[in-house]
Amino acid sequence: MQWASWAAFFNMGGYAFYVWFSFGLTALCVVWEVIALRKRNAAALRLSKLLAQE
Amino acid sequence: MNINWFKYSSPQTFYPLAGKMIPWFAWLAAILAIAGLYISFAIAPTDFQQGEAYRIIFVHVPAAWMSMVIYIVMACWAGIGLALNARLSAMMAQALAPTGAVFTLIALVTGSLWGKPMWGTWWVWDARLTSELILLFLYLGFIALQASIDDPRKADRAGALLALVGAVNVPIIYFSVKWWSTLHQGSSINMGAAPKMAATMLLGMLIMALAFWMYTIAVALMRVRCIMLERERSADWVKELSLKSASRGKA
Repeated sequence: MQWASWAAFFNMGGYAFYVWFSFGLTALCVVWEVIALRKRNAAALRLSKLLAQE
Repeated sequence: MNINWFKYSSPQTFYPLAGKMIPWFAWLAAILAIAGLYISFAIAPTDFQQGEAYRIIFVHVPAAWMSMVIYIVMACWAGIGLALNARLSAMMAQALAPTGAVFTLIALVTGSLWGKPMWGTWWVWDARLTSELILLFLYLGFIALQASIDDPRKADRAGALLALVGAVNVPIIYFSVKWWSTLHQGSSINMGAAPKMAATMLLGMLIMALAFWMYTIAVALMRVRCIMLERERSADWVKELSLKSASRGKA
C-alpha cells in the first residue's frame, strides 16, 4: 500500500481535484451510458407493443 | 463444425444472441476495472517527477486508445456495410459511435485535468490535442449525419463514407507526437521497444484498457439491440418480443 492514511489517499498528494475529477467523470459516463441504453431499450419495446396491439 | 454465420447476420437471430453475450462482457469489464483500479491506486508507486497526479494516466491513456480503436472498428463495420450492403454491419457502426465519442471526451477532459497541474495550462493547440479534438467532431458528425437522414439505408451509406474518409485522422493522432514537436509527451508504449515505465504502471494501464474494451463490447451490443428494435419496430419478431417482454413484467 502506498498510503499512510485514508486522508492521504483522498488528498492524492495535493492533486485531489485533478485525479478525482478524472476518475469521477469516467465513472459518471459509464453509469449514464448504461442507464440511458436501458431506458432506450424499454422505450423501443413499449412503442412496439403499442404498434402490436393496434 | 459448420456454423452458419449468415444466420446470425439477421437482426431477428442476433438480438437474442447479443442479449446472452452482454452479461458476460459486463462482468468481465467490472472484474477487470476493479483489478485495474486496485493496481492504479494501491500498488502502482508514486511517480518521482509528477507525484500522485500521474495516476490520471490510468484512465487517460486507455480512454485515448479506445477512442482511436473504436473509430477504426466503426469504420471497418461501416465499410463492410457499404461494400456488402449488410444491414447488421451498418447497425454495428452506428452502435459504436456514441461510445467512441464518450471515450474521446474522457481522453480530452482527463488530458486537460492532467495538463493543468503539469504543463500549467488546460489546453494548447498542438498536434496531438487538436487531432484528438477533430476525432470528437468526426464522431459527432457521424452521429448527426445519420440522425439527419430519414431513410436508414441512405443514412448508413452517408455515414459510412464520412467514417471511412475520417479514418485518415487516426494515424495522424497516433504519429502526431513523432511528426511534430508537441507539448504532449511521446508514446508510453512503442511497438518494438521496451516500455520506459515501471512494470506495475504498465500493467495497470493494460488492465484498464482491457476493462474499457469489454465495457465497449457490452454497451455496443446493448445499443445495437436498441437500434434493431427501433428500425424494425413494425416487423413481426419485434412485435412478438414486445408482447412477451411486457407479459413478464419487464417493460
